[in-house]
Amino acid sequence: MTTIARVTNVTKRFRHVTAVDDVSFSLDEGKIYGLLGRNGAGKTTLMSLLTGQEFASSGSIELYGASPVENARVLEHISFIKESQRYPDDFKVKHVLRSAPWFFTNWDAEYARSLAHDFRVPVDRRIKKLSRGQLSAVGVIVGLASRAPLTFFDEPYLGLDAVARQLFYDRLLADVGEHPRTVVLSTHLIDEVSELLEHVLVIDEGRILIDESAEDLRGSATTLVGAATVVDGFTAGRDVIHREGIGGLASATVGRLTEAERAEARTVGLELAPVSLQQLIVRLTNSSEKEYLAS
Amino acid sequence: MDEGRPIFLQIAEQIENDIIARALPEESQVPSTNELAAFLRINPATAGKGVNLLVDAGILYKKRGIGMFVASGARTRLIAERRERFRDQYLVPLLAEAAKLDISAEQLASMIRDTPPTP
Repeated sequence: MTTIARVTNVTKRFRHVTAVDDVSFSLDEGKIYGLLGRNGAGKTTLMSLLTGQEFASSGSIELYGASPVENARVLEHISFIKESQRYPDDFKVKHVLRSAPWFFTNWDAEYARSLAHDFRVPVDRRIKKLSRGQLSAVGVIVGLASRAPLTFFDEPYLGLDAVARQLFYDRLLADVGEHPRTVVLSTHLIDEVSELLEHVLVIDEGRILIDESAEDLRGSATTLVGAATVVDGFTAGRDVIHREGIGGLASATVGRLTEAERAEARTVGLELAPVSLQQLIVRLTNSSEKEYLAS
Repeated sequence: MDEGRPIFLQIAEQIENDIIARALPEESQVPSTNELAAFLRINPATAGKGVNLLVDAGILYKKRGIGMFVASGARTRLIAERRERFRDQYLVPLLAEAAKLDISAEQLASMIRDTPPTP
């Protein structure tokens, strides 16, 4: 597996705020990464650092063997789709699509046109006149059709409806299959994307909380439900990620259980429920589940 | 997809089920990893892992440059394997539940006889 990006002890401070705090991780070629975390966790700052749009306060970032800052040779490998991309005032959608090949050597104009059709984006309309969802669709189209070896999508679907989001996932999987490349997707909609991801990075308060393959994360936690005394007896001495109870009933989320432990839990009368990636992240980042459901 | 179990295992099982049901006949071509990923909306690497599991088990085989095919005898082998697991996977939990509800072995046997088979 080729490593294309290496982030080592990177910190980014804005005056009194430490947005990214001593973060280290790497990106492998050809994987789809999920960069997940709460609002203000540091996702966008981290992407801006990786794409050379911000300077790190300390630490080092290497992409394709060099720093991305002011480095055209590195930046031509990268497509960064921001949540709020700005365009020149009088630009129409077709101007965006026409100027894209100046920045992206792998740009596929034919594919971009078919995507514009699928997402129902009016190419003759001024960018300023687009709805929020259409504007997001333009970003998605540019991100997909640029076919950059490393593509960042930062919350790409503000205002996109469920149909358009599904279309985005379908086109992304199909195109990445045909033209393998590395994708980093930051999102709140964890349940929607969890099966698309190969690797998951969870950031919270500027620190990396989880850096694991999606497959390993699945089944890495289990919720035990049953009589409170039994639940507490079984979880005594274990790391309990989350516990809640009503009357004599309790449910507790614990880390990975072996087959023998699962059998034992069932024998003492506990129900075992899987924990979705979204639930796990909510539990670990100690936030209310609602926040992740709002798009 | 079932939350608790690895997706690649579920992909492998789904293909096995299709082979057992003859939806994928022996020596027929199976969808490519990319087609599976796009169709099931899962990561291509995960789909590949599931398919490779079946290649390693000799249920599927690769023809270089053409694609993946169901091996001859795959169906018989899969059925034999599933039969071996049948007791643990289905009978043991069934008997445990029956015991909980005080259903005797005779009652259970007559329930099985009286239940029309699903087509």
